[in-house]
Parts: sequence; structure tokens; C-alpha cells
Amino acid sequence: MQKRFMSIWFPHLSTDWFTRRHAHLKDVPFVLSAPHHGRLIITATNSLALAKGIFSGMTVADAKAIVPSLEVMEDKPELPRKLHERMGDWFIRFTPYVSIDPLGGLILDITGCCHLWGGEEAYLTTIIKRLRTKGYTARASISDTIGSAWAIARYGKDQFIVKRGEQVQALLHLPPEALRLEIEITERLHKLGLRQVKDFLSIPSYSLRRRFSAQFTRRLNQALGIEEELVQPIYPVEEFIERLPCPEPILTRTGIEIALEQLLHALCERLQKEGKGLRLAFFVCYRADGEVLHIAISTNSPSHNVTHLFKLFELKISSIQPGEGIELFMLEAKNVEHHSPVQEQIWTDHERANDNSLSELLDRLTVKIGEQCIERYLPDEHHIPERSFKRADSLHEAVTTGWKKEKPRPIELLNPPHLIEVMAPIPDYPPMHFRYKEKLHRIIKADGPERIEQEWWIGRGKHRDYYYVEDEEGRRYWLFRSGHYSEEKTYKWFIHGFFP
Amino acid sequence: MQTNKADIFAQLKREILPLQGIKSMLPGTSKDHKLGPIRFAFANAHFPLGAIHEFLCEEAENAAASAGFISGLISSLLKAEASVIWVSAKQTIFPPALISFGLSPEKVIFIHSGKEKQLLWIIEEALKCKGVSAVVAEIGDLSFTYSRKLQLAVEGSSVTGFIMRRKEKNIQTSAAVTRWQIHPTQSQSIEGLPGVGYPAWNVDLLKVRNGKPAKWKVAWASGKFVPIQEEPAFAFKSEERKAG
Repeated sequence: MQKRFMSIWFPHLSTDWFTRRHAHLKDVPFVLSAPHHGRLIITATNSLALAKGIFSGMTVADAKAIVPSLEVMEDKPELPRKLHERMGDWFIRFTPYVSIDPLGGLILDITGCCHLWGGEEAYLTTIIKRLRTKGYTARASISDTIGSAWAIARYGKDQFIVKRGEQVQALLHLPPEALRLEIEITERLHKLGLRQVKDFLSIPSYSLRRRFSAQFTRRLNQALGIEEELVQPIYPVEEFIERLPCPEPILTRTGIEIALEQLLHALCERLQKEGKGLRLAFFVCYRADGEVLHIAISTNSPSHNVTHLFKLFELKISSIQPGEGIELFMLEAKNVEHHSPVQEQIWTDHERANDNSLSELLDRLTVKIGEQCIERYLPDEHHIPERSFKRADSLHEAVTTGWKKEKPRPIELLNPPHLIEVMAPIPDYPPMHFRYKEKLHRIIKADGPERIEQEWWIGRGKHRDYYYVEDEEGRRYWLFRSGHYSEEKTYKWFIHGFFP
Repeated sequence: MQTNKADIFAQLKREILPLQGIKSMLPGTSKDHKLGPIRFAFANAHFPLGAIHEFLCEEAENAAASAGFISGLISSLLKAEASVIWVSAKQTIFPPALISFGLSPEKVIFIHSGKEKQLLWIIEEALKCKGVSAVVAEIGDLSFTYSRKLQLAVEGSSVTGFIMRRKEKNIQTSAAVTRWQIHPTQSQSIEGLPGVGYPAWNVDLLKVRNGKPAKWKVAWASGKFVPIQEEPAFAFKSEERKAG
């Protein structure tokens, strides 16, 4: 499909921004200035000042001589860049493919977008009108190539929409500056009497390249559509993304829910067709005042179940403040994984359906309490009890090494182990009694010692000699002595867990 | 006439049970024989699955004993493939130990939350989920209203719930089907060998709906509950001596 581009140019971007903040600047000639080599140079003008013959690059003193009542304010050097970025964010409601023009202004890829606004004419006027209500003057043009749209937005006279394939005719009467050339080249062209594009269009390109550099012919070919031009969008276009622009801003929760449901239906249908399910998704709301609100959900296993995903988002919808209203909703599947479909109607009691209900339960819990609160464990190859198990990454990660069951292990583990007082008369024999939480336990039966060495490659410390003991009331504990038995009592005793 | 009356009573009892939220099981599918003597405390000698069971365990030792006992119940009564959800304020269970009670640790999903109110919400949501076989929950206290809520949740999903109550201060009535207290007791040596024997408990069934409260001494040995006879080892030995 033939692409269509729109170039937007803001002739008075910075001054318009100041006027929005200071209402009195609206009806007076007004310029922004910045110090340069000890002089104040004008960096931006509003339309009134421009009409009086004041242009950027003039010194403030000269301008004041022309218009004594001129308002001068200090320029903010980073302002145009920031404004362009903000504008780019705002324009996402008109097309997903917005990029910032390094020469100022924006470039939009509007292929297949205009019919939503009722044609290119309506699309363009809507944009210009919307910008004007916000206080920004803009010139925009739609064409087949970025170069020609750029040229007509800046140098065009009346026809701002160039019909398919007519960019050459549209460019004929424009000056060479419209081709985004370097100043030296345009000056040379003017000196040679080549004042319009039509004057040098018939000159063979090899002699143009020799006379005016390769840059010149490239720009010319790009504008004419002979050479393709690539631009970097602000937001990379994701594969699984659904958009829903609203003609009227949405203000109510019901409205948001309807939008979300529509987007989910569209996205899930696509996912289902491709046999995929999403793991992470964003629901993005673009507010009329330029704010962008996000809510994110993640799932434990890939899903394209509309009702389930809706439930997950529903828990978070209340965090969206519609403010002046939401103009555009966007649903983006960030992480997508392969997901084989289940025939749920037939197998309602099947394992797989149950498995689904479990992962949906876990998704709901994750949204409410956070992922770190839900854990499943797998065996890990360590002898130290605290390290003998590890967190599983997903619900379906399988056991690879097997659980060890040769040695008795307590069902409740104290982490960290508690220091206890122990009476152990004979070296390497189980203790006779110990005191834990002010209570004396007389040991009747015991198993051990089971020596567990520290893993020197992970942590330092002494080896542990574990004893499985039972006191006179039948309560069973796991005790250990840290270090060797010695006369100087350099060892310590700990309680590490309770047996059932 | 007498037998007729008894038959009618038995029939009526069987009809009332499902109305009280206790699922009757098809004959032949039951694994209740693994419970040993405990099963005779319940109506029809069936452990009531798909219901809420309450365990009183204030001390750490009682909690450990209850955790072991519950793991034993789950592994002997429920399907091994289904997942179990274990809800608690923080992780105290040592997962590798569950394997000795027949419960695969990787089938257990642990969920923690420091907030009591949130814990109750999690328990209720988990009990409603048909994809889990059992939910074990360690909580501080359980009010009557909440126990009723949980019981209603399992009646819809037939998940079995085990609630471990850590505070015994003000025990009110609850809608749970049973109330238990498990104390560890002295283990019996295995075949006369020294050392600690199989895990043994004093099981106290304080309350049971449609059944008889009772007390037992049981041990967990080779994947099932076995009754502990008082001094069986001694009796055996003395007989041997007589023969010799």
C-alpha cells in the first residue's frame, strides 16, 4: 500500500507556549531572546512581530528600534525539544507512528488512519483546529513522501493536501530551500539563478551530484519519491496493539470498561488466531489534557481469555482518573507466548480446564497482593537446609533433580536458627537437655549426628552437627551444634526446626 | 418393625448429609482406609471432603504436628496431581519435609500476606477455585461469620479447607465441620532400634458434625496412619522368652 505522510510545522512554537502562560502577550508583538557574544539575539518571534518585520537572528536592540513597544522575554534553550516531545505524545491519538523531525516539527505516518476522521481533508482540519484551541499555530501538509509534505507545510501557498502521485507538480514552483538543503547549497543555487525546483529538475542527476554533493540529489529524490526515506518513531510499533480513538472524550467508569472490553475482544481474537496468549499487557489511556495513564497486568500462564483478562484489569480500573476525559485507549500485549487452545466447552471437568482456573486464581492474587507473595518451590542441589529448595519461575516448571527423602527433615524451619542452652556431657553425643524459650526440655530419644558442611564456595561458617531429638512429652526438635566440640567451648548450639 | 425403623433412620441420615454440605462419595472410590481408626468417627466412615476443618494450634510444636497431620490427610485422601495452596503470614514450612508425608512439595503453592484481612480474602478466593484440591491456611483467629463464608465457598467448589488457628484465647463456635487438636506424643521405636521412631500424635477430635468426637494415638508410618497400641513391643518380647 502506498504510504501517506503528514508533516506538521509549528512556526511560533516557543512564543505560543509563552502566550499560553501569559495571556497579555496575545495581542502584542513579542519575541524571545538569548545572549550571544555579549548581545541579545532574537531566537523566536510571534506572528505579530514577524508581520512588523522582526525575524529570528536580529539583535533585540534593532528590533526595539522598529517596534519600541516590543515585549522581550528570555528564551529557554531546551523548550522546543521538550515541546516537540510532548506534542509527539499527544499526536499518538491520531496515528501510532509519530516521529520528531530533527529540523523541527513532526512527521506522522498516517497510512490508513484518515478514514476514521472522514478523509484526509477532515483529518487535517481537525488537527489544525485542535491545535489552535490549545493556542498553537501550525501548518500541516499531507503527501506521498516526507520530503514533499515537509516542503509544502513550510512553503506551500494554498493546496496543503497533495493527491497520490502528484508530489512532483506540487514541488515545481517551490524555492530550493523547501528541499531541506544546507544553506551553502541553497545560496549557490540562487546565485546560479536556479530559484525554483522546476529550474533544476531537468538537469541530469549525475551533474547535479558533481556540482552540489550527493546530499543534494538524495534530498531531491526523497521529496520526489524516487528514494525511500526512513524515520524513527517515538514509540516502536508493537505487533500486538489495539487502539480505540473516541470521538467524544470518555468520562465515566462504564465508558472505560466498554472501551477495555472492545479492545480485549479485538486483541484476544488476534492472539487466538495465531495460537498465542499474553503474559504482560498494558492498558493506556490518553487524556484530553495530554496526561497518559497506564495500568499493567501480568499473568502466570499465557492467556487469551477475555473475561479473565477483563477481571484482572477491573481490579485496577479505579486507579484511572478520567479528568477532562479520555480520547484514546490503547491495549498493548507486551509479552506474548505460545498458547495452545483448550476446548473448554467439551472438557469442563478436564485437568487442563482446572489448571486454567488455578492460574487464573493466581493471576487475580498477583494483581492484588503482588508477585513476590506467591511462591512454589523446587529442589535445589545444596545440603544446607536453607538452600535445599529454590523458587520456581513459573507454574509449570518441572522438578529436575528430585526431592531427597532419606534423612528426616523438620516440617517447620526456623529462619534464622535460634541460639539455645544445651547440656551435653559427652563429646559428639546428643545433648541431655536444652532450654528453649525459658522451658527446659529433657531429651529421651535422639538420632544423629548428621554432619552438614558449609559450602565454602558460597558462604563461610562452621560445619553443623544435626540431632533429631524427642523430649519427655514427645515433642520433636532439630538441634545442631555449630563447630567442633572443644574444651574452650568455641561451639554453639541452635534449634533449627520442629518435627511434626 | 424395629429393623424397619432403623432402616428409615439410616435412610434419612443419608439424605440429610448432602443438605448439610457434606458430599457423599461413590462406593469404591474412597481412600478412607488409609486413615486407620480415625475414619470411624465420621458419618458413613467417610472423611468429609469438600468441607472446612479447623485445627487448634497455639504452640509451635502443635502447629508443626498439625501441619504434618494435615499433609498426611491430604496425601492419603486427595488426588496427587492436583495443586495444594498453603496460605500463611510468612513462610515457616520447610518444603522438602512435605515429601515424607506423601505430598509433593512442587505441587504446593505458598501464598503469604502480612495482613490478616487480606489473608482471609486469599483463603476465600482459593477455596472457590476448582483447580486446587485443598487449601491449608494458618491464621490467627476465625470468626463465626467468616467460617460460615468459607464453608459456603467450599460447598460450591468441593475444595477441602484446613484452617490452622494460632490463637486459642477466645474460641467461638464456627461453621467448620470438624475441630481438631493435634499434640505430638512419644514415638515408638521402629523394630526395637534406638532413636526417634515414626512421627506420633495424640489426635483429639473435639467436634465433628454428624459423628462422634474421639481421641486416638496414631503414628504416620509408610504412607498411612496407624494406631499405636500401648507397649506392643514389650508384650511381643515376653512371649518370645516364654517360648525359649
